[in-house]
Amino acid sequence: MSLQLKDLYDKFRDPATIKALAKLIGEEAKKLERPINVMEVCGGHTHTIMKYGLKQLLPESIEFIHGPGCPVCIMPKERIDHAYILAQQPDVILVTLGDMIKVPGSKGSLQDARSKGADVRFVYSPLDALKIAVENPDKTVIFFAIGFETTTPMTAALMDQAIERGLKNLLFHINHVTVPEVMKELIDSRDVHVDSYNNRIDAFIGPSHVSVIAGAKIYEPFPRAYHRPVVVSGFEPVDVMEGVLMLVKQFSEKRCELEVQYRRSVTYEGNLKAQAMINKYFEKRGLFKWRGLGNIPDSALKLRDEYAKFDAEKRYADILPKEEIEDHKLCICGDILRGMAKPTECQVFSTACKPSSPLGSCMVSSEGACAAYYKYGGVM
Amino acid sequence: MCLSIPSKVVEVNKDEVTAIVDTMGVKRKVGIDFIADEVEEGDYVLIHIGYAMNIIDEEDALESIKVYQEILEKMDEEQRQEVQESMVKESDNCPNGGVT
Repeated sequence: MSLQLKDLYDKFRDPATIKALAKLIGEEAKKLERPINVMEVCGGHTHTIMKYGLKQLLPESIEFIHGPGCPVCIMPKERIDHAYILAQQPDVILVTLGDMIKVPGSKGSLQDARSKGADVRFVYSPLDALKIAVENPDKTVIFFAIGFETTTPMTAALMDQAIERGLKNLLFHINHVTVPEVMKELIDSRDVHVDSYNNRIDAFIGPSHVSVIAGAKIYEPFPRAYHRPVVVSGFEPVDVMEGVLMLVKQFSEKRCELEVQYRRSVTYEGNLKAQAMINKYFEKRGLFKWRGLGNIPDSALKLRDEYAKFDAEKRYADILPKEEIEDHKLCICGDILRGMAKPTECQVFSTACKPSSPLGSCMVSSEGACAAYYKYGGVM
Repeated sequence: MCLSIPSKVVEVNKDEVTAIVDTMGVKRKVGIDFIADEVEEGDYVLIHIGYAMNIIDEEDALESIKVYQEILEKMDEEQRQEVQESMVKESDNCPNGGVT
């Protein structure tokens, strides 16, 4: 039997297989000594869980906690303000991925900046920024880069191309963030605003497209140093269910390991070529503020000093504010991201805070927990 | 944000470091910078924002599909047995040995 492209879709979304795995999980869960809370770190997993109603198929002893794995949701307002301010500079074209269209900063969203006459362009791929820079030699094109390890190599590839072609008018504003550091923060916080010692996370479903690039190895510390098992799972509903089954088995068999469910795409080492490309251009930033979670050490990247001339943050340092902007007082996203509360427990959920007018980070993008609850009826 | 789509490579252009991929009938050009050395026509890849991220391991994918198939067959078998057992039980309860 050879593999067909449609198998990669259909076989991993098959309702009968989802139900069968649910039954196996139910049987395995009977052996549990206590209920377990599984954090799916990635917004893509949250989306799958809500869209396919997976929670309803699981026994009560397994609870999902929705994690902060949505680079758009966690973008602090001050960074969005940077993009807004840069877009308003004369002769600047601000280019970013479509995910950023509606995310509000303190001055408004990039869509608002555009409606006020700023030249903001939303693209599908970073490569589109190259084309825009070539076509507009008399303008400064600034690529506002967002995303986790999955997306970072594509920004690096864009930089590679720009340097190779000797482009002088393409700059970068880097907001790439990294997954393991925020996972550590959720268990073991050093931020004065975050009482992570009350966290209820027993195990993680590991973001897998991050691991396609960075390898499963990045989750090695969690079973070892934090005693939290990790299963790196694919994004299809069958993948998520099999990932949950593997985690429950670890608990019932008293194991605590790093396992990969998504073996068809994830290796232990990851894509070394992409990793080399990331390391060539980027290094760790000291602290980066995550909306809803506060400052997290080493959780973001910045351009290396030798590429300072491409760094929009340095080039425009005198007009970009450094002050932090507080999160909305009524918003409890920080608690939601640590599994202390559900979206429906927030007093502004679906009233003052909606996808069309988000107050907090979890409502900003369709991958945020609150937005997923809003869209799929808060049935969990 | 981190989502990506399984696609099939239909044409590789090593000089340009690109490939034409087919995503369920839609063809487009993507960057292959991260898999340029090993990618071949016919490979399945994950596409994320205009680039192929990896080559999907066909054997692993087939292995998963086989495991799911076996789970389904085993469950069908268990269900058939359950139905048969319950029928046997019902006939046991019948005072005249199931003959009406």
